[in-house]
Amino acid sequence: MNGRRKRKSTLSNLLGYAILILISLCTLYPALWVVLSSLREGSSLYSPDLIPRASTLEHYRELFESRTLLFKRWYWNTVKISVISMVLGTLLTTLVAYAFSRFRFYGRRTSMSILLSLSMFPGFMSMIAIYVLLLQMKLLDTHIAVILVYAAGAPVFGAFVSKGILDTIPRSIDESARMDGASHLRVFVSIILPLARPMLTYLALTNFVGAWVDFIFARLILRSKEQWTVAVGLWDMVSSYQNSNFTMFSAGAVLVAIPITVLFMYLQRYLVGGLTSGASKG
Amino acid sequence: MKRYSKTAVILSLLCMGLGQLYNRQFMKGIVFLAIHMVGLYYSILYVPGAVRGLLTLGDHAARMELVGKIYQHLAGDHSIYLMIEGLIILALAVIYLGIYLLNIKDAHDAGRIRESGKSIHTFRQDMYALLDRKFAYLLLALPAAGILIFTVMPIIFMILLAFTNYSAPDHIPPAKLVDWTGFQSFIDLLQLKTWSKTFYGVLIWTIIWAVLSTITTYFSGILIALLIQRKGIRFKTMWRTILILPYAIPQIISLLVMRNLFNGQFGPINQYLSYFGLGKLPWLSDPVWAKATVIAVNMWIGMPLTMVLMMGVLSTIPKEFYEAAEVDGATGLQRFRFITLPMILFSTAPILIIQFAGNFNNFNVIYLMTNGNPVQPDYQYAGSTDLLVTWLYKLTLESSKFSTASAIGIIIFLIIASLSIGSYRRSRSFREEDMFQ
Repeated sequence: MNGRRKRKSTLSNLLGYAILILISLCTLYPALWVVLSSLREGSSLYSPDLIPRASTLEHYRELFESRTLLFKRWYWNTVKISVISMVLGTLLTTLVAYAFSRFRFYGRRTSMSILLSLSMFPGFMSMIAIYVLLLQMKLLDTHIAVILVYAAGAPVFGAFVSKGILDTIPRSIDESARMDGASHLRVFVSIILPLARPMLTYLALTNFVGAWVDFIFARLILRSKEQWTVAVGLWDMVSSYQNSNFTMFSAGAVLVAIPITVLFMYLQRYLVGGLTSGASKG
Repeated sequence: MKRYSKTAVILSLLCMGLGQLYNRQFMKGIVFLAIHMVGLYYSILYVPGAVRGLLTLGDHAARMELVGKIYQHLAGDHSIYLMIEGLIILALAVIYLGIYLLNIKDAHDAGRIRESGKSIHTFRQDMYALLDRKFAYLLLALPAAGILIFTVMPIIFMILLAFTNYSAPDHIPPAKLVDWTGFQSFIDLLQLKTWSKTFYGVLIWTIIWAVLSTITTYFSGILIALLIQRKGIRFKTMWRTILILPYAIPQIISLLVMRNLFNGQFGPINQYLSYFGLGKLPWLSDPVWAKATVIAVNMWIGMPLTMVLMMGVLSTIPKEFYEAAEVDGATGLQRFRFITLPMILFSTAPILIIQFAGNFNNFNVIYLMTNGNPVQPDYQYAGSTDLLVTWLYKLTLESSKFSTASAIGIIIFLIIASLSIGSYRRSRSFREEDMFQ
């Protein structure tokens, strides 16, 4: 009796392993394929075998030296835009979250409802207006414009999750500091911010990645090729020379994906924490 | 007793700052007076023009006109610029009015304090109060300005656009003027045959897509989480790390890669199929296959997140439940059906709704994978896999049908808002939870 049960569970464990291995293969395959493609000789999408016979780093070199693809420049633009909008976006979102979490002021619930409704409009519904606005401000085709759009939009999507995280920091801590005579600013800087490090990590990560991969607003605002970000550049590579330059696209894709993938894997618990604290029923 | 507050209110009503001066709050009075001067000057200068511009949207389009003996190009009114400028000026005017009201209330309050015989606040005390009791407003000032300019204003503008005929080819400034047309864009969208066929077609597919993609990612996530958490399975961290990878790769990359993987002609997947002697499949070129492919790809992208969430939820289910069930002789399936599933559903219902809303507006997967294709000849500017959002995007950027696009945007908003407001309001971050405090 016992033996049969044991054998049955070994069998179902084996089945479990088989399923997990199968799914893992499906998961890893696209990533593996694009890395291998980037090392393949030639430039076409079609390849007779999965593992390239001869591997080369030629495409990576070409990507940085090509005169028609300004990849090095795009990369630098993207780093610049992402870092600055991360700092500004995180700052603005934290201010909003802190105000909503810690203060009870006139108009609080109304402004929270307004913010919530704003986040339900499709983001790029505002494209035309932003375009005309930036045109009038003579900011089209500048990186400042992209950074402003990202940073100003950050609180609309991040403030609620952040407020949820801040709410979990007991109020008694900052109240006792207030009793001891600390100003609001002091409480914010030396008590809330250090305790809210998971929230800051979450915000910094989402804002950085958001700017890094966005191609909707970047494509709208950045008109000239020298100003592009990598997302726009890659999109252009795929849509204009799909088959003729695939290996180079792969090399670009690998370079764009690596920083983000490493960051995500390294910081994933903050991301998941952020998502659940914003949404779960308490 | 003198009625300080009444006099102060009347004075402040007449001119900003006078009430404060009357209350002997000189510094504040001067600040208000200065704001008043600037505000009044610009209001008189710009508000009438702005209102006129907003109401008429311009009188003359750009045109050639006979001046003397030669035709000259005359710049006309640009309806869209008039509209945006009008909006900005009106927004500033509203802020000015708000400050005006604030000034009256302030004069009234200070008057009251004088009536009660107490000494009024000095400017320094007022500033201190701003840092203390009204600190929240200070915190919100900068973010609010940003949101006002880059989110609220553009959204109001787009809402207004839905009620105009701003659309190619007949109503594109500066050559032509744009007019207010009321609900015409909505009526066309819902009733005019050429548009309504596309609209209902795309709407139905959007709903099917949102339901299927939410269900597939949700349940595949649960099943995989359960599998990894099984007693007999080892190396749990390793499996988890491998399976979370799709979540970590930026979507724009993974989707563009997928698009090539499934390429019908040269893609490796069809290539492998032909190794096994199977024919090539029209992954992205046949309407039905394309729909199935995008749902599968979306599952690949969305599953990891649900999996991680579920692993967290699963660890919170008390072990006693399962032990008790085992004593009662429940099978594995029964345990899942009557313990695991209800517990999971209960704690993740809000996430489910958020994911539904997210999928409803899942621009990336569709636009980057298929670009809305394959082409659907019966549709207006949309393909078989287009969702409402991607259709909106195409109408805006590719065919300049701005008024229709705005109407679609409003409809999307109404659908999403009615779905999620309820769940958001019940969620933890919205409620006034004073249990921690």
